[in-house]
Amino acid sequence: MEAVAAPARPASGARPLRAALVGNPNCGKTALFNRITGSRQKVANYAGVTVERKEGRARLPSGRELALLDLPGAYSLQAASLDEAVTRDLLRGFYPGEPAPDLLLCVVDATNLRLHLRFVLELRALGKPMLVVLNLVDAAKRRGIAIDIERLAAELGVPVVPTVAVRRHGADALLAAIDAGEARVPSGTAAQTMPDADALHAEVHRLLDAAVRMPPAALTVEDRLDRVALHPVLGFLLLGAVMFLMFQAVYAWAEPLMGGIESATAWLGTTVAAWMPAGPLKSLVVDGLIAGLGGVVVFLPQILILFFFILALEESGYLPRAAFLLDRVMAGVGLSGRSFIPLLSSFACAVPGIMATRSIQDPRDRLATILVAPLMTCSARLPVYALLIAAFIPQRDVLGVFNLQGLVLFALYAAGILSALAVSWVMKRWRRDTREHALLLELPAYRWPNPRDVAIGLYERAMIFLKRVGGILLALTVLLWFLASYPTPPDGATGAAIDHSFAGMIGHAIAPLFAPLGFTWQICIALIPAMAAREVAVSALATVYAISAVSDDQAGALAPLIANDWSLATAIALLVWFIYAPQCVSTLATIKRETNSWRQTGIATAYLFALAYGATLIAYQLAVAMGAG
Amino acid sequence: MDLPVILPDLPPGRSATVAAVHDLQANDAIARRLRELGFVAGEAVRVVTRGPFGGDPLLVQIAGTRFALRRAEAARVLLAPETAVAP
Repeated sequence: MEAVAAPARPASGARPLRAALVGNPNCGKTALFNRITGSRQKVANYAGVTVERKEGRARLPSGRELALLDLPGAYSLQAASLDEAVTRDLLRGFYPGEPAPDLLLCVVDATNLRLHLRFVLELRALGKPMLVVLNLVDAAKRRGIAIDIERLAAELGVPVVPTVAVRRHGADALLAAIDAGEARVPSGTAAQTMPDADALHAEVHRLLDAAVRMPPAALTVEDRLDRVALHPVLGFLLLGAVMFLMFQAVYAWAEPLMGGIESATAWLGTTVAAWMPAGPLKSLVVDGLIAGLGGVVVFLPQILILFFFILALEESGYLPRAAFLLDRVMAGVGLSGRSFIPLLSSFACAVPGIMATRSIQDPRDRLATILVAPLMTCSARLPVYALLIAAFIPQRDVLGVFNLQGLVLFALYAAGILSALAVSWVMKRWRRDTREHALLLELPAYRWPNPRDVAIGLYERAMIFLKRVGGILLALTVLLWFLASYPTPPDGATGAAIDHSFAGMIGHAIAPLFAPLGFTWQICIALIPAMAAREVAVSALATVYAISAVSDDQAGALAPLIANDWSLATAIALLVWFIYAPQCVSTLATIKRETNSWRQTGIATAYLFALAYGATLIAYQLAVAMGAG
Repeated sequence: MDLPVILPDLPPGRSATVAAVHDLQANDAIARRLRELGFVAGEAVRVVTRGPFGGDPLLVQIAGTRFALRRAEAARVLLAPETAVAP
């Protein structure tokens, strides 16, 4: 069909129609965007800034292509954050490299018109062709809010289209309206100067009086839910229960999937090894590429499960409530309630966690959150913890109910969190910052999470993780494989081959630096490949101890060996080292990209290293003094 | 003479009317944002609840929307005294 129609169409008609979705945060804009464009989305950044740019394609009923831009949510064109500044500049046609949209789709939440219409009035003064999209009309009806849509359109001088973004045909009327060219320049407002705040407010009241009937105020669902969710005692119990369930699910549900991925990687390694002729290429493919990438993909299940919970909680409106509960504590140490979500994500991996700090508008709060995010115990540390705990901490009950191994793991998590609070407190003191940092957080209405939006969000995060982490890791894996394989040991040499390689030389060279921490030269060698990803330390140790790199159960074979070889104090020292683990290159690369500053990246690297070294030194010397050496 | 009553003074559960949002300094971005969020003279405002530590932040409802405001932010909102005092 397309092939027949295309040549007959004039050239200008072939250009897709550019529309922009614009509206307040929490107006259901992104759900509408997902509904219209489905999987035809492209997520990137706006040129030069770390603000997410989402564009999608859809086909209008007439066959014309629609290029839809989902602009960052904004309360006003008087930008108070980077996101809002992007929206403002793009709408005015000032944004470099972004053509001004042909028409604006102003999305408003029908249950929150008093706030959202104000922004529509600001947008109307731009004098661009526009449509008002009255979203969530079903929710408004349920609450007894009666909206006279025709009257509202007449008073605004702009067509108004009702939608329900989560419904199957929720956006059809909107697409039809766009197709019919209903969007138009607001009558009588073209090239108007921006009205002042009081005039806007008076106009919103006039519109509401003319077109909307509100039910008498009643105890809403929000009131009842918030009474529990924000209660000083019940609220924290609920938050604790939610977090417990989440982490329980991350570890219990991910286990079989991770086992499957590990077996698949091992199988692929052995199969490819059998097919390829012996030589450096085989070593690169099997020991470098397959083992290295398998080591990344194995964390995908945990990360996806954690993000599933975070997305569902975010969609439901619960996460801002958690931010409300924790704001005072976090503000006390120089963070903000808004830091909660990025830090929570960092338990999966600091890379998406640091990227999630984009939602923190205050630059100081954002930077502080970025700098402490690597202290959250990410899933890559778990294999190291698991190996050391299994080798050195006895299976013993404590007080009848707790398991000693579990308690140690819990202590490691807690040490990371407490260190993050301490570090941000020190940074706050250091800066002697007396400026005011705003919270000003909207707590949106509770909503059932929509499976489509959760699925699309999950897909986006998985791709970010695989691309960012995978790209860096692939390059580093090859580099580290080279360092660990060359030069090859001379004929008749004894011991592990890695001992004779560049990695071995570096390991031996840095061993004196780490001797006060109780690290053996084998550990020092393992720390080098662990720069690519922390969990690689386990397979590197296995290599040093001459265990086959593609063995299905490296850790199982390794545990008794190191239990013999290392003292308890060394094991404790290594556990403490990995609480801080300054050597994750993906994290440092992400900090560089998000802060756009080598200085901040340097500060992060230096402080993490210093903290790791200092804490490990103290832990080791204490343990030796107590007789564990 | 009535002293101005500020939003953090309002007991939870009670409604009052906004008199004004005042700037703490010239060109106060937080005050401007509060006005944009609907804190303007004549609007009814209610403190729904307070945060668990030191009563900070406040959960404030205005025109069907809820905002978490730290006390320092909320202190910019002046209330009409006659609507804020206990009967």
